[in-house]
Amino acid sequence: MLQLWQIIIGIVVAIAAAFLGTFVVSRRMSLVADALSHVALPGMGIALMLGFEPFLGGFAIMALAVLGIGVLEARRMVLADTLIGVLFTAALAVGLLIVPDLELIEVLFGDITGINLANGLLTLVGGAVIVFTTLRYLPQFAKITFAPELAASEGVPVARMNLLFLFLLAGTVAIGIKAIGVLLMGALVILPAASARNIARDLRETLIFSVGIGCAIVLIGFFVANAFRMPPGPSVVITGALIFGISLLVRRRS
Amino acid sequence: MSTPLEAKNRSDETEKPAHGTRLTAGVSARGSDGQLLTGSTLLEVKNLSVFLGGVEVLHDVTFIVEEGSMTAVIGPNGSGKTTLFRALMGMAPYAGEIVWHKKVRFGYVPQRLDFDRLFPLTVRELFLLRRRSGDFWLGGRSAAEAVRNALSHVHAAHLIPRRIGTLSGGELQRVLIAYAIFERPDVLFFDEPTTGIDVAGEATAYSLIKHLAKELRLTVLLISHDLNVVFQYVDQVICLNRAMLCYGAPQKVLTPTQLQELYGAETVFYHHRHAAEPAGEEAHAHEKHEHETRNT
Repeated sequence: MLQLWQIIIGIVVAIAAAFLGTFVVSRRMSLVADALSHVALPGMGIALMLGFEPFLGGFAIMALAVLGIGVLEARRMVLADTLIGVLFTAALAVGLLIVPDLELIEVLFGDITGINLANGLLTLVGGAVIVFTTLRYLPQFAKITFAPELAASEGVPVARMNLLFLFLLAGTVAIGIKAIGVLLMGALVILPAASARNIARDLRETLIFSVGIGCAIVLIGFFVANAFRMPPGPSVVITGALIFGISLLVRRRS
Repeated sequence: MSTPLEAKNRSDETEKPAHGTRLTAGVSARGSDGQLLTGSTLLEVKNLSVFLGGVEVLHDVTFIVEEGSMTAVIGPNGSGKTTLFRALMGMAPYAGEIVWHKKVRFGYVPQRLDFDRLFPLTVRELFLLRRRSGDFWLGGRSAAEAVRNALSHVHAAHLIPRRIGTLSGGELQRVLIAYAIFERPDVLFFDEPTTGIDVAGEATAYSLIKHLAKELRLTVLLISHDLNVVFQYVDQVICLNRAMLCYGAPQKVLTPTQLQELYGAETVFYHHRHAAEPAGEEAHAHEKHEHETRNT
C-alpha cells in the first residue's frame, strides 16, 4: 500500500525537478541531466558495498562530476558531446558491475518501498533546500539562461551561478534516485518543464505549470506502479511522455 | 538581487604623479541645484592593457571621460572595442589603471544579444526580474508602473506583454536600452550592432540615447560603426586598433589620414564635412566608407 509520506516525498522531488527543469530545458542541458544521473550509479554501488545510504554516494560522485565540469568550463575547455557520452556511459558501465545484482533493478528504475523514514527525511530536507535555493536565485538563473553576457554586465557572478545550478541539479537527481531510479530520473527533470513550455505564455506560467505537471505525473506514476506492482520509474516517465505529447497537441491547436 | 557594480579601485590621489592636464577629480559632480557641473572627470583610464588567452587585445590605452559627456569608440572589427567596455565594467581582467571617480552604476546595451529565442521570458518579466521576487510572482501595480515607465522612455510600452524571442531587431534594441536604464545608471555603455537594424531604426536609437542622456544625466560611452553618428552626437572619440590611434574631439582627430590608418586601405577617404550639413552625393559616399575601396 502506498503511504502518504511516500507520496509527499515523491511530490517534493517532483517540485525540485520541475523548477530546475525549466532552466535545464531552456539551456539545452537535457542530455547533461540525463548523463549526470548515470554518473550516480558507481557512487551508489560503492555506497551499497560500504553499507551507507546509496543516494549519498550517488550525490558525492555527481558533485565531483559537477566540479570537474566547472573546472573545465572555467579553463574555457568545452566539454564535447562525445566526451560527455564516453565518460558518462563508462560511469554507467562501471556502476553496473559494482552494484549487486539483487539491488540493480531497484537502483536503475526506482523503488517506492525502498523509501524509509531515514532516507525519506533526508530527501525531504534536501528537497526543501533545493527548492528554496532555486527560488532565491531564480532571477539569476533566469538571466544566465536567457543571456549570460547581459547577466554578467549586471554583476551576476555567472560562473558561480552555473556551478550552483549544476550542484542543485546533482542534488535533485540524488534525492529522486530512490523513487525514480538512476536511468529515468533525468526524464523527471526534463518532461514537466518541456511540457509546460509548450502551453505556457511566459516564464512564470512555465514554472507553475511545470511544477503542476511534475506533481501530476509522479502521483499518477506512483499509483499505477503500485497497482501493477512495477517499479515506479517507468510508469512515471511514460505518464510524463504522454503529457508531453498532449502538450504538443495543445500547442498545435492554439 | 542585482548588485550595482561599483568602482573598486578608487586609488589614492597622492599615489599618482602630478599631471598638468589632469582635471580635478570631482567626487561631488553635481551642483546643489542638481545641474551637471561640466568638466569634472568621471573616469580615468591609464595605460590600460587587456590580455585574453595570452594575446594582448588592448595595448596601452589612456583617456579621460567627463561626467555627462558622450564618448564614441571606433575601430575596425576585432580592434578591442567591446573588450574595452568589458574591462571598464569590471568584466575582464586588465593591467593598468581604471579609476571611476565616484560610485557608478552601469547600464549596458550589448552589441549582439546571444539569447534563446524560445525561452518563454516576456518583456514584462525581464524587467520584473530586477525587482523583488514578489513582483515577479504576483505583479502588483507599482511594479507594473515601473515597467511601463521604463519602456515609455523608449516608446515601447506596447511591447510589454510580448515574448522577447518574438521581437524584431529594432524592437529588441529599444527594450534593451530601456532595460539598461531601468536601474537608473550613471553610465550607459552602448555597443552598436553592426547589422540587423535598418538605418531609420539606427537614427532613432541615437537620438533616443542623446535624449535619455540629457534627461537622466547619463554619461554615455558608445561603440559606433557609423562615422556620421560620431560627428553628429559625441563630444570625444577614441580610435582603437588594439592600441589607441587617436583621441579627442571628432572634428579634430578624425582626419582622412587617421581614418586610413585606423581602418586600413580598404576604406575610402573620409571627406571632412560636418554631418549636420544637408546630405548630398558626397555624404552618401561617406556613409558607405566601410564597404568601398578606392585607390589613390
